[in-house]
Amino acid sequence: MHSIKTVGVAGSGTMGAGIAIVAARAGYKTIVFDRDQSALDRARQQTQGFFAKSVERKKLTQEKVDSILNGLTSTTRLEDMAQCDIVIEAVFENLKVKHDIFAQLNLVCPPQTLFASNTSTLSITEIAAGSGRDENFVGMHFCLPAQLMKLVEMSPGLRTRTETFDAAWEFCLALGQIPVKTKDNPGFILNYFLVPFNNDAIRLVEAGVAEPADIDRAIKSALGYPMGPLELLDLVGLDTHWLVAEALYSSTHEPRAAAPALVKRMIAAGQLGRKTGQGFYSYKTNAMFGG
Amino acid sequence: MQYEIINTGGSPAFEDSHALLTQGQAKASTLVIVGNQAGLAFRQLSQPQRYTLILIELGLECLGTHTGESRGQEGSQILGFSRFRLGEAPSTNLVELVRQPQSVESAILTAKALLEAKGLQVSVCADFAGRILNRLIRPYYNGALTRLDEGLASADDLDMTLKLGLGYPEGPITLLERTGLQHHFKATQALFEAYGQSAYAPARRARVAYERAQFASLSASEGPPKKGQS
Repeated sequence: MHSIKTVGVAGSGTMGAGIAIVAARAGYKTIVFDRDQSALDRARQQTQGFFAKSVERKKLTQEKVDSILNGLTSTTRLEDMAQCDIVIEAVFENLKVKHDIFAQLNLVCPPQTLFASNTSTLSITEIAAGSGRDENFVGMHFCLPAQLMKLVEMSPGLRTRTETFDAAWEFCLALGQIPVKTKDNPGFILNYFLVPFNNDAIRLVEAGVAEPADIDRAIKSALGYPMGPLELLDLVGLDTHWLVAEALYSSTHEPRAAAPALVKRMIAAGQLGRKTGQGFYSYKTNAMFGG
Repeated sequence: MQYEIINTGGSPAFEDSHALLTQGQAKASTLVIVGNQAGLAFRQLSQPQRYTLILIELGLECLGTHTGESRGQEGSQILGFSRFRLGEAPSTNLVELVRQPQSVESAILTAKALLEAKGLQVSVCADFAGRILNRLIRPYYNGALTRLDEGLASADDLDMTLKLGLGYPEGPITLLERTGLQHHFKATQALFEAYGQSAYAPARRARVAYERAQFASLSASEGPPKKGQS
């Protein structure tokens, strides 16, 4: 059985930062890797803001937060990931980008280090095939916002060893998360349903059926969903949504999975959502969700 | 805010005791028409122009069915509205307020204020089949039913994943079975006819539920088979 003490997170975007919070909060020594120092700085600032709110809401003591933050470090040097017992990748939804990072990690990490991908749409088997250790590879898809949502979709690739999957499952439980086993199918369960649903909402805006606020209000009020689809898209980021939708569409060829043209136009205009201050809504802050 | 009301009975979403139906006045410049014959009652009005706002309760039909349409320039002080209700579940507080391209903006504002004063929440939308909610949820429900048939996951796992992963209060399978799959069939069949898109085509389980409801209704009206009948 693997003994996981140190957790690596590759990528310090919204998902990577959220996963790092989950790992650090569960008591693991956690190292976040990103080549971009400014991205690491931004994630650190958001993480500190998140934990400050946790203290304010009396969910954690200041002493506990100080201890968590001491155990949560970041690096721009891939070699620093050599000490990790598991590395969870949370970079862009692009097979080549993921292959590149895993190929490099494979050179620096010891053979027993587990590799996990937080992909939400790409095939675990295909990512694993470029990792150099496809038997020691598993899918761990955290939900957004990772620091608040408990569910993790866990998928074995075709060559994943049973012991690898079991170790990752135990680790997931130790994080305080709720794992659900899914097949290595495009979009697993969540994105298979969510991406086309969100695309449909964008198409309503595109066709002038209703304004974003009216669509979100209808969904939240009538169905009790915590967020409307367009609010959620602003949180995810339109650029990320486009990549996820393209990946899902290329796997399924289902028309509803394809990102509407409006998404590309918004990306071109820099209207990516919360992170740029403008998406379907305007924002004055990029503070992290929850606390 | 004062308004007149015409209740034709059999509203799909309003019980007769709802404040909107009970607080109408004798003479006002706003007219609210509710019930399953609301469109017919509107067409029989002798002087619709005397009102600055007329609200017609809609079923699955478009507002244009009652007002007429021409060259994309339709729109006046006449608006449609529909309180959302999922099958046999109680009505929600969400009202889709239906406008046309040239609808009078002051009429929309007045309609929103009137409905909100009755404790309802309002989403304004254009006059398309399915409006906002049915356009978004019917493909999702069809997808969930189809993936259940295809064995992606058990009904419980599918529901749990969508509840925990997205924060939905209820998974789609439990929700549809609780509110009546046969009602989903009718709503999504209407959208399939309107748009011809496969996402709206009723899922097999919805069709089965609808057919069973039809058989049950037929059996109830005919009574048990008599001796000697096959």
